[in-house]
Amino acid sequence: MQRIAIVDHGLCNVDSMWRAVEECGAKGDVTSDPADLAHADKIVLPGVGSFADAMDVLVRTGLAEAIREHVVVNGVPLLGVCLGMQLLANAGTEVRSTAGLGLIDADVVRLVPGGTGAIGATGATCATDRAERIPHVGWNEVDPRFDHAVFAGIPAGADFYFVHSYHVRCNDPSDVLATTPYCGGFTSAVARGRIVGTQFHPEKSQVHGLRLLRNFVAW
Amino acid sequence: MLKARVIPTLLYRDFTLVKGVRFDSRRVVGSPVQAVQVYNLRNVDELIFLDVRATLDERRPDFALIDEIADHCFMPLCVGGGVRDVDDVRELLAVGADKVALNTVAVEAPEVVRAASDRFGAQCVVVAIDTQRDGHGTPTVRIASGTHDTGLDPVAWAKEVESLGAGEILLQSIDHDGVMEGYDLETIRRVSDAVGVPVIASGGAGEFGHLLAAFVDGGATAVAAASMFHFTEQTPMEAREFLGAHGLPVRA
Repeated sequence: MQRIAIVDHGLCNVDSMWRAVEECGAKGDVTSDPADLAHADKIVLPGVGSFADAMDVLVRTGLAEAIREHVVVNGVPLLGVCLGMQLLANAGTEVRSTAGLGLIDADVVRLVPGGTGAIGATGATCATDRAERIPHVGWNEVDPRFDHAVFAGIPAGADFYFVHSYHVRCNDPSDVLATTPYCGGFTSAVARGRIVGTQFHPEKSQVHGLRLLRNFVAW
Repeated sequence: MLKARVIPTLLYRDFTLVKGVRFDSRRVVGSPVQAVQVYNLRNVDELIFLDVRATLDERRPDFALIDEIADHCFMPLCVGGGVRDVDDVRELLAVGADKVALNTVAVEAPEVVRAASDRFGAQCVVVAIDTQRDGHGTPTVRIASGTHDTGLDPVAWAKEVESLGAGEILLQSIDHDGVMEGYDLETIRRVSDAVGVPVIASGGAGEFGHLLAAFVDGGATAVAAASMFHFTEQTPMEAREFLGAHGLPVRA
């Protein structure tokens, strides 16, 4: 059985992620101890809350260094979810500018209603007369740009659950795994090597979300 | 495209789920864990779970119960009732709530809204606003399960909580609650037009046309309903199909 370390930086609902991972047939191991990552087959970095607070915790506890070591040096697969995906970037601007894990060449910026310029933007705008509200809350479609193991068996354009005000803006377009049509289109999933990130919450996205997590466990 | 959400509301009191009329005369409608299991199977968009006695009884939220129902919830869960401080918010998130609804505390201690938003992010801070019309037909904000009139104007209060960091507003009409004759479209429209955060309309849905009106005429981002799903044969899935047939984006 796969052991999945779920990184607990004290700010998020690790319980939901743990239940979903167990539902997907893996052994979930919620931990805030960097040493535990050495025993993990894969790592999940979940998260809600503020970028700066989460990075403070990750750096102070040594988790940031341990994640980098296991993922970059040892090639352990990593899934970042929501804030966890944003933490993969170089820097975040929420509250104050803060360095991220730097695993994906990207920045984290606020969603702008009707805005454009996100890499991978579809150009589509919201076709309803309702303004685009921030936070982006609810179910929205996810359009993969290339085949990837974590999206195996999931139809293109399937709806996943989002709840966020910031998004990841990639500097290298080849890191953009999927986009979502909101605020001019933003990057809703990233992939680089054995690293994947989803802006949406697979653990809260019913059947498609659990399928994605099962795919990650099997990856 | 972002989908129009249809959200069943579960009201909890004395260890069971209840539903009433105008925040009163509540009758038992079942067990919370069973209800959550059923809604999870029915693939609903989201769930709202409100402990309607906690604040009146001066109780904190029932964290063990939330932990238990969250175990059956592979969909977003918003929890409210009895939240008094940032520690309550943190603990609800820790046991599996995705969003926490603040109501009475937001009026009595607005700094809790700000602190929760700064610490956990605006996206998980919902402010619930209960409104009731006075003798002149003017809606005001009520707290403590509708028992106390703050005299606040719902539109001004909605803008205020948005500026405090609320990420979503759950707008409930006490006059329309449980009556099943439609939402308070006027107040929903006024609040929706005044804020830039999502607005969930609540109170009054009795048929699918009411939900449609809340989106189209009220400008709501999402609709919540309780009586309609508890006391009639109409299901959230059929509600989505109806809205889809009328041109709204919905989940398949």
